[in-house]
Amino acid sequence: MGFEFHTTQLKAATNWARKFSLFQYPFVTACCGMEFMASAAPKYDLARFGAEFPRFSPRQADCLVIVGTITERQAPALRRIYDQMCEPKWVIAFGVCASTGGFYQNYSVTPGADQIIPVDVYIPGCPPRPEQVLDGLMMLMDRIQRGEGHSQITIESEKGYDVPLASIKPLQKGG
Amino acid sequence: MAQVILDRLKERFTAGEILETGSQHGNEWARVRREDWRAVCDFLRDDGATKLNMFIDLTCVDRFVREPRFDVVLHLYSLEKKHRVRLYAGVTEEDPTIDTLVPVWPGANWFEREAYDLYGVRFQGHPDLRRILMYPEFVGHPLRKDYPKEKRQPLVRRDPGRVD
Repeated sequence: MGFEFHTTQLKAATNWARKFSLFQYPFVTACCGMEFMASAAPKYDLARFGAEFPRFSPRQADCLVIVGTITERQAPALRRIYDQMCEPKWVIAFGVCASTGGFYQNYSVTPGADQIIPVDVYIPGCPPRPEQVLDGLMMLMDRIQRGEGHSQITIESEKGYDVPLASIKPLQKGG
Repeated sequence: MAQVILDRLKERFTAGEILETGSQHGNEWARVRREDWRAVCDFLRDDGATKLNMFIDLTCVDRFVREPRFDVVLHLYSLEKKHRVRLYAGVTEEDPTIDTLVPVWPGANWFEREAYDLYGVRFQGHPDLRRILMYPEFVGHPLRKDYPKEKRQPLVRRDPGRVD
């Protein structure tokens, strides 16, 4: 044998690296936080997917995990945290409150975090089981590998070959 | 359970300050004239037979079609005598004001702010009567029965033209 080699595209390799090194920012506002802790603790172990590293500064995080109810009063803080995160960045809405407002249909609760910021993966449940959380995380990883996502920066140029990271542009809306 | 409190109130206030008293499920209650709210509370805290030294809760109820429209509800407890009482005071829609109880029990501070925020009852003499739960930009008082159920006052929404 002596000499072995493996070919890939830079895009595939970059996305592969990104999906296995998600630094999360847990935006924990409500009871879903308990289930989030269970997902992160050894029994279910988010760390198996390379997402074990909660960063408590949005500037160091890739993945904003919105865990719990977002009130109208809190919404500007969430928007600011999202804006402070560096590209590329992804957002998971954890539980029905973060996804749609859940059973809070009243004057004080935002009907879903996607009213404020774009969301990649919605995990239903009140609260979701850790298995659902892992499923949602794997869906996000698949999206990252495919280069999808609201804020996923494409590294495909118009000419069709890989370009340096410095010249990348955000996808158009819906892209 | 605490009939002594009602007895003391009726003994001390004889000029129509106490509008009505009653007992339900072993809990005594009294309806107080709004103008005498503060004087009655001062008395209940300091009187040797009642000694209601612990502020439990203060809230408000919107009865809507009834007059007076709002009921301010106060729960008190005596740590020493181990008895409790519930006081009501009716507040009208045209003049939703009542005396503050912060000088009597400092714990009433945030509760009165909450009742002001959600029902619009003004507590006169309160040291810092601001909204406590809703944001300052919020218009109206959301737990009033005539606040529209579907009404939203968002501070921020996604900009449809923006590429995120």
